[in-house]
Amino acid sequence: MENFTPGASFLGGVLIGLSASLLLLCNGKIAGISGILGGLLRPVRDDTLWRVFFIAGLLAGGAILRLVSPQVFDIALTRSGEVFLLAGLLVGFGARLGSGCTSGHGVCGISRLSPRSLLATLIFMTAGIVTVYIVNTFFGGAL
Amino acid sequence: MSTLVTSFLAGMLFAVGLGLSGMTQPAKVVGFLDLTGRWDPSLACVMLGAIAVHAPAYRLIRRRSAPIFAAAFAIPTRRDFDLRLVGGAALFGIGWGLGGFCPGPAITSLPSGHTAVLLFVPAMVAGMYLHTLVEGLQVRRSGIVHPETVSRSPTLPPSPALQYRHDA
Repeated sequence: MENFTPGASFLGGVLIGLSASLLLLCNGKIAGISGILGGLLRPVRDDTLWRVFFIAGLLAGGAILRLVSPQVFDIALTRSGEVFLLAGLLVGFGARLGSGCTSGHGVCGISRLSPRSLLATLIFMTAGIVTVYIVNTFFGGAL
Repeated sequence: MSTLVTSFLAGMLFAVGLGLSGMTQPAKVVGFLDLTGRWDPSLACVMLGAIAVHAPAYRLIRRRSAPIFAAAFAIPTRRDFDLRLVGGAALFGIGWGLGGFCPGPAITSLPSGHTAVLLFVPAMVAGMYLHTLVEGLQVRRSGIVHPETVSRSPTLPPSPALQYRHDA
């Protein structure tokens, strides 16, 4: 537990919760990132531009972080390029098939006690834990 | 116009929260999932912090008849479990454990220019697009109308495709 950062992580979570609340209060939308991005791939009239602006906000925030504290983008994970490609494919396809990701199910869905989101979060956490266990036990933590 | 400004601000706030929380560091995410090894419980604090704010805020906000800048709330209403939810979440979890990235942190990390992110994000978009294609095929085969068509014809009953459109 030498890397435990409860304070910063909790505070970061608070900002994420505030962002989701701002989006709901002002626009009536759920801050599920895979849903916001995925919705752009089959655009519906009058339901597209806000998605572009949200993604632009994420990128702007990322640009600010890069200037202020570039260490938050430390990768420090031993994975080949192919593994990152495969991971991306699975995350993108899985999030759309399962109607949400860590933000949509894990934060927004659990906050409103959605049974689907509770189940999805339980499943993707378990799948992640099993995957990391396999990688660390049988592949020495590197792929 | 106002909704675009609030969308942008919400996105920026979300990104800064992700950066501060440690979610943009794949090794930290994998450390959280490494339950049987050197477990780093930090990411549980991220969820705790986010839900501590959003759960009460959600209840307060839903007392309003409508959001400030839009006509109505767009909130998922489905409560049933199906194979798509289970299978999708499982695939998502495997990818998350493999790469240490989920969609929000991956997009936020794009400005870092790291090769891992430049590979992950296009692959993620491709995965999402693949799902859109598969879904389109299924819709055509099963004859379920597109949500766009439904919204223009009020006499049609709500289809699964319409519900499916509203992601969590």
